[in-house]
Amino acid sequence: MELKTVATPHVPVRYLEGGQGPALVYLHGAGGVTAADPLLAELAKTHHVYAPLLPGYGDSEECAQLRDMLDITLHYWDVVEALGLTDPLLVGHSMGGMIAAEMAAIAPNDLSRLVLIAPAGLWLDDHPIPDLFAILPYELPHYLFYDAAAGAAMMSAGTAMDDPGFLQAFLIQNARQLGMAGRILFPIPERGLAQRLYRVKARTTVIWGDGDRLIPPVYAQAWKKAVGGADLVSIPEAGHMVTVEQAGLVAAAIAGAA
Amino acid sequence: MKFTWFNLMPWPYLPDDFREKNRSVWVDIDQRLFDPAKSHEVYNTYMDLLEYADTLGFDGIGVNEHHQNGYGIMPSPNIIAAGLARRTKDAAIVVLGNSIALYNPPVRVAEEFAMLDCISGGRLVAGFPVGTSMDTNYCYGQIPSLTREKYMEAHDLIMRAWTERDPFAFNGRYNKLRHVNIWPRPIQQPHPPVHIPGGGSVETYDFCIDNTYSYSYLSFSGYLRAKALMQGYWDRVAERNAPDDSPYRAGFAQTILVADTDEEAERLYSEHVSYFYNRCLHVSPAFADAPGYRTIKTIQSGALSQYAPPRGGYATLTWKELTEQGHIIAGSPETVRQRMEDLIKGLRVGNIFCLMHVGNMPAEKAMYSTKLFAEKVMPKLRNMFPDYADDDRFWCKPLAKRVTSGSLPASPTTAPYDAMLGAK
Repeated sequence: MELKTVATPHVPVRYLEGGQGPALVYLHGAGGVTAADPLLAELAKTHHVYAPLLPGYGDSEECAQLRDMLDITLHYWDVVEALGLTDPLLVGHSMGGMIAAEMAAIAPNDLSRLVLIAPAGLWLDDHPIPDLFAILPYELPHYLFYDAAAGAAMMSAGTAMDDPGFLQAFLIQNARQLGMAGRILFPIPERGLAQRLYRVKARTTVIWGDGDRLIPPVYAQAWKKAVGGADLVSIPEAGHMVTVEQAGLVAAAIAGAA
Repeated sequence: MKFTWFNLMPWPYLPDDFREKNRSVWVDIDQRLFDPAKSHEVYNTYMDLLEYADTLGFDGIGVNEHHQNGYGIMPSPNIIAAGLARRTKDAAIVVLGNSIALYNPPVRVAEEFAMLDCISGGRLVAGFPVGTSMDTNYCYGQIPSLTREKYMEAHDLIMRAWTERDPFAFNGRYNKLRHVNIWPRPIQQPHPPVHIPGGGSVETYDFCIDNTYSYSYLSFSGYLRAKALMQGYWDRVAERNAPDDSPYRAGFAQTILVADTDEEAERLYSEHVSYFYNRCLHVSPAFADAPGYRTIKTIQSGALSQYAPPRGGYATLTWKELTEQGHIIAGSPETVRQRMEDLIKGLRVGNIFCLMHVGNMPAEKAMYSTKLFAEKVMPKLRNMFPDYADDDRFWCKPLAKRVTSGSLPASPTTAPYDAMLGAK
């Protein structure tokens, strides 16, 4: 995958691009996405993949003007436009799924295929989602991965957590990335999507890790109910980071859906 | 010098094993540890102590705002301040402050502060904190990276509401008000003095300098650790070519405990200091700083959360270490005087917020310490900055003639109309 920049009305946007085939736009979750992402590599085997970074993520410029759900939804349509794409296959994971669903609801005639991987955006009072903004780094693997030990090893690979330089860089990255994500996820990752989902016309596939401890699979049923005719694909032995833990199965589900 | 007697209002009945059994004293503290019936006495004792400080000649008595917090049972400081305004005579009512991004709409603050100023006869000192991340983001749900923008808008709205004499429309991003026209308005003109609690961000330094507000550093870790931060402020005051470097441009909160001797101070107060540092400051790091709450510039400057405990945690600090490292200033009047002089000169601060009720301290001990400070320490510190003795920009300007509350005429026995005629 190659990291590039595209101009949009509010801010230059960094995006990863690679692969060949039909156009696929991938919207990352609150943790961001890098060129080494295993799902992007899988998808690039069959698709021309574009993965734009939300402003503030990675090395991309922040954007003060994007304050709420509408701002961010329209911004991503601006990105699709700026990339010169028409009706791409739109795939979103977690926060990215929430944004993708909003895009589908706000412009139902511009999108025919939608894939939501463990999307945020709905809230069930009986199944409160853990507070992402009050989870300590060492607790994260438990919520994100089916195999928490392997996830922890992956997250901490090569880092010295007590090095002050690393800590400061970590805090700055968090402030930039989660600071921006907080505009649609804090303190509850719900911005009224439920009352707009009836508008979605795209054929929709919902993919969920069976062992998701951040947004538990009961939400998969809620999504299936909320989006008319949506297919649900459950992935075994995978947590919220199903994109990492079972990248091959997720890619196959997306390919099957397309 | 301006000395303000400050009470955080800690809940004094946190159990001995609070640290072990609880994740945090703040945000998700166990509801069952609060006993409303016991709080009746706690509140009244705490308010009595604030009133007591007024009788001893403190320049101000201070209250603040925290939410879902075991060491501050004062989610609405204005309620306490209203009681104090009625029952005290001379002390400034220092509300430090109202977290203005949390009031919807913020004209509520303009109104309530105006009421306090009117009831107290112009004794209000108004504080506008952004609010801690625990209060503002985790308890009150404000989006971290938009909190400052909302705060600035609230500030602009309050200031206009206080100073403009005709109704105006306010088309803000967070507040849309077609008819702003507060009633009542404050006695003090153009507006009550403003103090801004800050935690080391350059933006807040500049905000204070540009608006002639006093910058307050409210820390629990003492004056020695505050040096770098306050020096940063004074450097900024010089860089920005402020017209002066009056010490009243700055304030500092310090735990102060006075006894007859150093040994007596330890004997009397160490258990309460331990209660405060070990139980009251037991805040889960999960709630320390919501990402986006601090600006990138502030993180880069290395100003870490004031709630971050020292390496190893407070639990390991002995009385000797707490006093030697300046977390607390405690001892005989002479020891405390020397230490206070170091603090005042070292940080160059004209406003001292004296934290003199600590943790689960009973009223008798708080009174003893307070009285010794007022009589044997405060008078010797009065004239630290003679060049700025007349600088009244950062303090309240009460009416010269103020009423005494509770001064109704004798209960009438006949119709007042007749009584008035009779008097003629």
